[in-house]
Amino acid sequence: MLIAVWKELKKAPFTAWFGIAIILSYIIVAFFAPVLTPYGETQVVGDEYAPWTSEFLLGTDNIGRDMLSRLLYGARNTVGIAFVTTCLAFFIGGMAGLIASTVGGWTDQILSRIVDVLMAIPQLIFALLLLTIVGTNVVNMILIIALLDSTRVFRLARAVATNVVVMDFVEVARLRGEGIWWLIRHEVLPNSTAPLIAEFGLRFCFVFLLIAALSFLGLGIQPPTADWGSMVRENATLITFGDITPLLPAAAIALLTVAVNFVVDWMLHASSGLKD
Amino acid sequence: MNDKSEREILLSIRDLHIEGFSDEKWNGIVHGVDLDLHKGEVLGLIGESGAGKSTIGLAAMGFTRDGCRIPKGTVVFDGLELMTAGEAKRRELRGSRIAYVAQSAAAAFNPAHKLIDQYSEAPTQHGIMAKSKAEQDAVDLYRRLRLPNPDEIGFRYPHQVSGGQLQRAMTAMAMSCRPDLIIFDEPTTALDVTTQIEVLAAIRDIVEQFDTAAIYITHDLAVVAQMADRIMVLRYGDLVEEADTRKMLSHPEEDYTKTLWAVRSFQKPQKPLAGAGEMPIISVERVTAGYGKSVMVLHDVSFDIHDRRTVAVVGESGSGKSTTARCITGLLPPIEGRILHNGNELPADFRKRSKDQLRQIQMIYQMPDTALNPRQRVRDVIGRPLDFYLGIRGKEKEKRIHALLEQIELEPSQFIDRYPGELSGGQKQRICIARALGAEPQFIICDEVTSALDQIVAEGILKLLFRLQEELKLAYMFITHDLATVRAISDEVVVMLEGRVVEAGPKDVMFTPPHHDYTDLLLSSVPEMDPDWLSDLLEARKGKSMAPAGN
Repeated sequence: MLIAVWKELKKAPFTAWFGIAIILSYIIVAFFAPVLTPYGETQVVGDEYAPWTSEFLLGTDNIGRDMLSRLLYGARNTVGIAFVTTCLAFFIGGMAGLIASTVGGWTDQILSRIVDVLMAIPQLIFALLLLTIVGTNVVNMILIIALLDSTRVFRLARAVATNVVVMDFVEVARLRGEGIWWLIRHEVLPNSTAPLIAEFGLRFCFVFLLIAALSFLGLGIQPPTADWGSMVRENATLITFGDITPLLPAAAIALLTVAVNFVVDWMLHASSGLKD
Repeated sequence: MNDKSEREILLSIRDLHIEGFSDEKWNGIVHGVDLDLHKGEVLGLIGESGAGKSTIGLAAMGFTRDGCRIPKGTVVFDGLELMTAGEAKRRELRGSRIAYVAQSAAAAFNPAHKLIDQYSEAPTQHGIMAKSKAEQDAVDLYRRLRLPNPDEIGFRYPHQVSGGQLQRAMTAMAMSCRPDLIIFDEPTTALDVTTQIEVLAAIRDIVEQFDTAAIYITHDLAVVAQMADRIMVLRYGDLVEEADTRKMLSHPEEDYTKTLWAVRSFQKPQKPLAGAGEMPIISVERVTAGYGKSVMVLHDVSFDIHDRRTVAVVGESGSGKSTTARCITGLLPPIEGRILHNGNELPADFRKRSKDQLRQIQMIYQMPDTALNPRQRVRDVIGRPLDFYLGIRGKEKEKRIHALLEQIELEPSQFIDRYPGELSGGQKQRICIARALGAEPQFIICDEVTSALDQIVAEGILKLLFRLQEELKLAYMFITHDLATVRAISDEVVVMLEGRVVEAGPKDVMFTPPHHDYTDLLLSSVPEMDPDWLSDLLEARKGKSMAPAGN
């Protein structure tokens, strides 16, 4: 198994390697943030908007917290929450999609129309609306974004599974009298995973950007938790003075998005079997 | 013997090696084949799948599929060495002087363009004819190929004509530049026997009229006997034998060729009809069924299947054979009529049937590739019915899986942990049989189980099914369009046409005249291993005005 993965990796293009390296470094930073950071996440250690010095490598923010430390902690919060949200979205959307295509008929109609309605409303505005109704905290935000994003997963899972459900081996299992869960778990899901995994990477990027956007608007991850989206907002005034510090969290977001896309591209390419 | 062998050589292939890339290395597909084709001559390439027939056919145009290469050998077409000629030179030849007719015309046509536009593409592209001229020419060729409404048919889209017509339109397209050489790659394999005749006759006529040389690739000996002047038998990328058609048919020299020739000789003894009082295992009673409310596919279909008997249901595609099977399994609840199992009515919908009722009726499919879950090992595929129906688990289950694998003549230790992707087509079909047997049924529906397999492999499957029938006392419903299979395995025959049973009875009665008109058409359309068969048949049919199917 490991050898097969390594073989595949050896053939991977440079961009995929780059992407994997970036993602790994983010994961390491997220896990070891307390060890790597010079100061605490919410600790006020200096003056407001201190410039880059040897003491504060990337300066301080609007209330005197160390930028570098918050940037590293931000990896943990923003990436971690985005990851949990994407997993949840895949669980909800994937399950509903597989059920819709395997059961078919009215179940499929009802689930699909609900998804149509949810998708008809612009995602960001819908998220803002729901967050204002139920109140802004991390749990609510994860649930709402997961629900809204699961609609996209639903559509993909349903489309992929629909192609599998018509295969003779599924008919064999149906005629054997197998229940719906067995059909999904043993016949349909194992044959639909490849595109879903690739989609996971893309959806992760979108979720991640949405969380950052919500945080930037003040409805996402709440202070004093370090988060890249809100860090940009809190320090946005510095941009007018020609200081690039507030753009660093934005750059961190951009870099991760690009890296994930490189990896997803490579995986899609490998699974599609195209030559060049 | 073959008067065309005196003529000038058009295509000459020498020491051709072709390799394909898989598992990280180049593997030989064709190992040094020599081939000469004279002007106006038809050469039959024959062999099982994997013999390299299509690969050689494409190489004759200087073309290889993706992932293949020609490391060694020369292909000389009319004095031009294609291997070294360069892509531009080769493109100039393709379509204009060498044309190709693919197996599945439905897949080879662009569904978004009219037939005639696709016809005129090659001549205009190569600057041979103006578009209007090409269109006139198309109508002329459609007429020569005996397509119905030759003036209008070109203005239809590919989905608006039948499979046999499409294959003829494809042949017309290949003829559009009046090439010197056409490569036919299994042009009739996907067609019904009744349609196949029309296409074969049309292809033969037009090749003769224009004195075109052809390479005819097929796995069907009887077909190649009608078409070719000379036959080459290939196996695993090597030439086995080469001779003029008549000589090859009457005196094959190599053992492999002889087994190919003998493959259709299997015939099981026919069982007597069941006694009048005997309860049939399955009765189909006046079943009318369709998809949706308005389109009826089956009309008042009735027949019985008795214990330990094989009932062959024959008919061309669209005759309702598979739909009948779907009614019996409960996938398509009939609108009228009912299905009886040992005299008891089965619920129309399979969801309402009990586990035991489901267990009694098993099915084996046409395409073993799609009938096996690619993500399940053989152990799980065969083990699931044991566990599900009979509650057998653990050591006992392992023992039963081994026993089942032995029953289908596969070595258990070698196959039990494989995935379907690691099996050949015949082995996959055997696994499907084992899965059906695992449920310990009384009755198995075999839906075209051998039509996706090579003849030798198919023969093995038929023998296996026959042996299992004797050992396990099974009844079969055998859906097929191949009458050779019917002859080999059936006790009784049901002939279907347009959703109705046309004729039914014991095999020996069905295969002796007088026949119902349609049965006669069906029976006489099965190619025989006699090079004069097609000519004789067409001659005989000329007198009668029998409308062939597909028109």
